[in-house]
Amino acid sequence: MSKATKVKYSYNRHTVSFIVLFLLSLAMIFPFVWMILSSFKTAADVYQYPPRWIPSVWNWKNYSQVFSMIPFLRYYWNSILTTVAETALQIVISILAAYSLVHLKWPGQGFVAAVMRSSMFVPMVVTMIPMYLLCASLGLIDTYSGIILPQITTAFTTFLIMSYFASIPQDMIDAAKLDGCGPAGIMMRVVVPNTKGAIATATLFSFLGNWKSYTWPLIITTKTEYRTLPIGLKYLTQESSSEYQVMMAAAVMTILPVLIVFIFFEKQLVRSITLTGMKS
Amino acid sequence: MSTEMGAQKTGRTKRNKVKIFGREYQTNEVMIGLLFILPTIGFMVFTFIIPVIDVVELSFTNFNLKTRTMEFIKFDNYTKLLGTEDFWKSLLNTVKYSVMKLTLDTSIALFLAVLLDKSLPLKKFFRSSFFAPVVVPMVASSLIWIWFYDPTVGPFNQILGWLGLPESQWLYHESTALWSILLFSLWKGVGYNIILFLSGLQNIPDSYTEAAKLDGASEWQLFWKVKFPLLRPITSFVIMMGIINSFKVFAEFNVMTPDGGPLGSTKLIVSYIYELAFTNGRMGRACACALMLFVLIFVLTQFQSLVGARKTVDID
Repeated sequence: MSKATKVKYSYNRHTVSFIVLFLLSLAMIFPFVWMILSSFKTAADVYQYPPRWIPSVWNWKNYSQVFSMIPFLRYYWNSILTTVAETALQIVISILAAYSLVHLKWPGQGFVAAVMRSSMFVPMVVTMIPMYLLCASLGLIDTYSGIILPQITTAFTTFLIMSYFASIPQDMIDAAKLDGCGPAGIMMRVVVPNTKGAIATATLFSFLGNWKSYTWPLIITTKTEYRTLPIGLKYLTQESSSEYQVMMAAAVMTILPVLIVFIFFEKQLVRSITLTGMKS
Repeated sequence: MSTEMGAQKTGRTKRNKVKIFGREYQTNEVMIGLLFILPTIGFMVFTFIIPVIDVVELSFTNFNLKTRTMEFIKFDNYTKLLGTEDFWKSLLNTVKYSVMKLTLDTSIALFLAVLLDKSLPLKKFFRSSFFAPVVVPMVASSLIWIWFYDPTVGPFNQILGWLGLPESQWLYHESTALWSILLFSLWKGVGYNIILFLSGLQNIPDSYTEAAKLDGASEWQLFWKVKFPLLRPITSFVIMMGIINSFKVFAEFNVMTPDGGPLGSTKLIVSYIYELAFTNGRMGRACACALMLFVLIFVLTQFQSLVGARKTVDID
């Protein structure tokens, strides 16, 4: 008897949890549904009162209008180029540094690691003004190098990769040494191949961070042709004077690829987040 | 490894050793180690060390990008800032936003993580739907919300109307603008903390919860007496990151209210620094403000880690 009531009790509890989660989930995905539906609306649909949720006709013109209003593909290309360059540089530099700090012995290691650690405490907002002035004096405003180079911060990814490199058994490294491998050979043939998954996680993490980067590209670009996607979209809100349906078409083209990637890589993304949480 | 092999090895590499500061190193390890760390040091010098020295130096000058003047003015930037209404207002806005964001974000995430920790149908879908906004680009998704908040053609006022509630001016009124952006950033960010809490909850060994259940603990007690204390390191991390991130928030505010909102109600400390430096060209003043923000974040996180560390429980 008491067991039966207990089961029923927890069943009810689960029902309540389910309903709460269900309603909140709908609220969470509502903006995406709204975005997709609205990207097909006509201007008349948009300014109808009360607001119309489903477009009256499926009109694709908003999409072509994005391309005529702003150099959308150029923004996309700028974002891809700078993000890939930043991520590649960050990961290569971090792997080299992590290997050097974990598996090699040289004087001053502790000092370098300490400076790296302290650099993680200093947010971009503190360093951005001197960095802007430095870039200005080097003529890097409105250049790809100006966007890319100042954003190469590697402390975080280095420490993340270091924690994996440290887990490689010393025996494995000693064995490679006996086989005549030098330090570079050990890194390329033993350490990196055995931490592929971890390096992929760090790459994903760094890629996402660079893709959404906002403040620095905003500061360092003045010409339209060097704007990255986030900056281009920011100006779209000011330039399109609330043509919401066009803004939605642009949002769909920006968000949908990410959502598709998200569906395929959700597991890895979740893992990269939990790992960074654990490590810190 | 066996000492025999070690001896063999040292025999071969004896000549390749160097002594630096009384310690012995292998020459090739030192060479390659320094070579590999060189790019890191190079970038650290240009993106960290030089800017940090410069920002301190500039904060004592009245360097202006527009007039190209630069004089040493000692602590004037700091004292003037402390006497500027705009500075205090943006700081107050930042504190208001941060406190609310931190409280709501952490508690909602923890609550939802506990719900998601149960075995429910559609659990995967729920988790994905909370997590999806975290990964989508911020600026693109704020375009959607700008429309939501439109007082006449936006769906939010329509929904309020259905519920019989009074309409709101959302981003266009000083009393609601900050909270509108807060709502957006909760939608955008809560999934991140859910993932962290959820992984923490799943790491709690079943034996702990079962033992508590055998002792007759209710679900409420189970959470507060067993799970919550065990989640402490994660809660601590979430709060720490929350402080850092909410004090330096900028992008969503700059996109949704580029001019600092109605009557400056969404002008945050970073927006203020941005405006000083890049709209007015007052680099010296902006540097002083940035340093003050840094000190504030630093003190808060140190304080938090002291409080957090004292009560940490090891899961192992």
